[in-house]
Amino acid sequence: MIKQLHFYGGIHPAEDKVAQSVPIVEPPILETYIVPLQQHIGAPAKAVVAKGDQVKRGQLLGEAQGFVSAPVHAPTSGVIREVTTCLGPSGAQVPALLLASDGEDTPAEPMPAIDWRQAPPGDLRQRIAAAGIVGKGGAAFPTVVKLSPPPNKKIDTLILNGVECEPCLTADHRLMLERAEDIVTGAQITAHILGAKTILLGIENNKPDAIEVMRQAVGDSGIKVCSLKVRYPQGAEKQLIYAVTGRKVPSGGLPADIGCLVQNVGTAAAIADAVCRGKPLYERVTTVTGTPLVSPGNWRFRVGTTYADAIKLAGGVKEDPIKIISGGPMMGMAVYSLDIPVIKSTSGILLLSQDELTQFDVRPCIRCGRCNDSCPTGMMPGILSVQIENQRYELAEKWHVMDCIECGCCAYTCPASRPLVQHMRRAKAEVQAARRAAKAKAEK
Amino acid sequence: MAEHMSENTIRLPDTSKLVISSSPHLHEDDSVRRIMFMVIVALLPACAAGAWFFGPRALWVLLVCVASCIASEILCTRLMGREVHVDDGSAALTGLLLGMNLPVTAPTWMCVIGSVIAIVLGKMIYGGLGYNPFNPALVGRVALLLACPTAMTTWVAPMTNHLEWAGVNSVTQATPLGVSELTAGALPFSYWNLFWGRTGGCIGETCVPALLLGGIFLIALNIIRWQVPVFYLATVALITGVTHWLAQAQCAPPLYHLLSGGLMLGAFFMATDMVTTPLSRKGAVVFAIGCGVLTSVIRIWGSYPEGVSFSILIMNSLTPLIDRWTAGKPFGTPRRAPREVKP
Repeated sequence: MIKQLHFYGGIHPAEDKVAQSVPIVEPPILETYIVPLQQHIGAPAKAVVAKGDQVKRGQLLGEAQGFVSAPVHAPTSGVIREVTTCLGPSGAQVPALLLASDGEDTPAEPMPAIDWRQAPPGDLRQRIAAAGIVGKGGAAFPTVVKLSPPPNKKIDTLILNGVECEPCLTADHRLMLERAEDIVTGAQITAHILGAKTILLGIENNKPDAIEVMRQAVGDSGIKVCSLKVRYPQGAEKQLIYAVTGRKVPSGGLPADIGCLVQNVGTAAAIADAVCRGKPLYERVTTVTGTPLVSPGNWRFRVGTTYADAIKLAGGVKEDPIKIISGGPMMGMAVYSLDIPVIKSTSGILLLSQDELTQFDVRPCIRCGRCNDSCPTGMMPGILSVQIENQRYELAEKWHVMDCIECGCCAYTCPASRPLVQHMRRAKAEVQAARRAAKAKAEK
Repeated sequence: MAEHMSENTIRLPDTSKLVISSSPHLHEDDSVRRIMFMVIVALLPACAAGAWFFGPRALWVLLVCVASCIASEILCTRLMGREVHVDDGSAALTGLLLGMNLPVTAPTWMCVIGSVIAIVLGKMIYGGLGYNPFNPALVGRVALLLACPTAMTTWVAPMTNHLEWAGVNSVTQATPLGVSELTAGALPFSYWNLFWGRTGGCIGETCVPALLLGGIFLIALNIIRWQVPVFYLATVALITGVTHWLAQAQCAPPLYHLLSGGLMLGAFFMATDMVTTPLSRKGAVVFAIGCGVLTSVIRIWGSYPEGVSFSILIMNSLTPLIDRWTAGKPFGTPRRAPREVKP
């Protein structure tokens, strides 16, 4: 059964997926890697190696600190040259290890393979935690936390996210074409852990080849491949759940509240690696694309590969870009340095040329209502933005600003070029601060 | 050495010129200026029809209104010490709409005063584009209607002024809605003449095909919502249809109402003004139905023959309330009432 359900609102920007026909390339071993100890949401990992230590590929470099955290493993063999800090894509300094490779790429002793069909869910969760697996769609939330829902929340449906609705990005698309079997296995392992009966795979219909390959790969495993109408932000968790199941995640709630769990296809493949091959997560497929590049494509980068190395692998640039974005053009972060390393959640490195820069000549809201029509959460960004400009955050909270998923549809459609997403972020931060303050006051 | 060679030929980006900004990094290729320009383009057929039916002086009226609106806006923004953004075209659009809502006989001084009122009291006093609660062109028109009722309701018959630039021919004619008594089966104007606009009336309101053409153009470009004209016209048709059915001798049939007066101009170009009408689709429908009810009531029972301007202005004042009533619940909100936020 193919569902062509559609979420509310959304936009359809130019797709520009130029790298979709370029197969994933395995890059050569580089001289140095900068491995951040925080590649995930939560507490940073604690280094278990010191300066001068010899490490092997896949060896543990940093152990998880607390439940919401993830360990970090060595991308290749070599010497820890320094325990330092580096610039993350968000612009913050994070603790990191500088690894000088010896060029041998000697693997460490892998963890033993697990026969997942026989294994108890607890063991599998432990393995996923030990392998340092985090959500590879962009948020980098530790997967084991997601796979441990509270006992009163029963997950019956696992949804695999192969939507890749961000323009320009093609990493998940290529992964589905080249590693379909592993994605299916990873999904089955996840469903086994959760006890989920249904597995759905959502793919937008601009990737007919991926839909075909995945349909063949799922065979008679019972996984349903859903072809979805192209619409940004279909890959957003709540929107995808609605598109494939018709269920609505309650406002302010989590997918677990309605028995769903969404997982990126890349995460599923990483789970298969960890469980069936004992391989920790130290590499990922990243799209390097953009008009200034000589040869855009998809690479299986080891974590710690700097953007400079990634761009060199893509043949360098023909012209100087005006923006370098970590992620896709709709939700990615603009960066100002090439020393930023690829981490577990880096889905793309996008370069924009001078003429692709949108200069924001901000004008007053003319109330055209396009933001309203495009908002997938059903908020009124136009009204909110005026309230926020007037610093009426309590009003903005009343008008549901906390439901904003920051997808950027409103700002994309705004003819007055208003920085709507920035307004929402500011209001969300202010409301959260006010809530914390109120809570602290109540506790006193 | 080979590696060094390749290092030299591969060019890395110059990071000193990188722009940092918050997402999204894509933007639809559209602007306020383009929207205003498209609305002006959509109005041109009706302007041309007005010039054809009422003579070339119609163009003079339009030109004076546009020029004085632009001049007032420049003057106002200068006085306010703000950046002049008259290039966004909104002042020109207001002027054009005001001119289209005036009779061809309107003296030049009246056009200027109407434009100044429209821009200064209708728009700039609230803070400029985007902040005005009422449609500026209608503010200008209604101010003139109340101040100079005779001049504003003296209509010349169409096709009598063909080559008259300066003066205007004295052949006056009542508008279709100004004819006080209707008798069944003997309408003062044929539907054919009403449709093409061969009747007395304001410069830009009589020619239905020209207005429809512009309106459909704007709907196709997704600049106006189709719901507004459709629900507005349907409401008028329904109410006038019922009253015509109940009292055939006193009330004109619905088609007569639809084709006459400023209804087409109002439904496609005034009730769809972005700034002064509700944000959401649902709100736009409520707005349009409200306009339809008020227009019908004023036309049938009111002392004014025409009620489009008043009904749109009244509904403009309700826009913030409609916005609040029709505010969508966020995706996934349960059906129960939302929690009250503590102050």
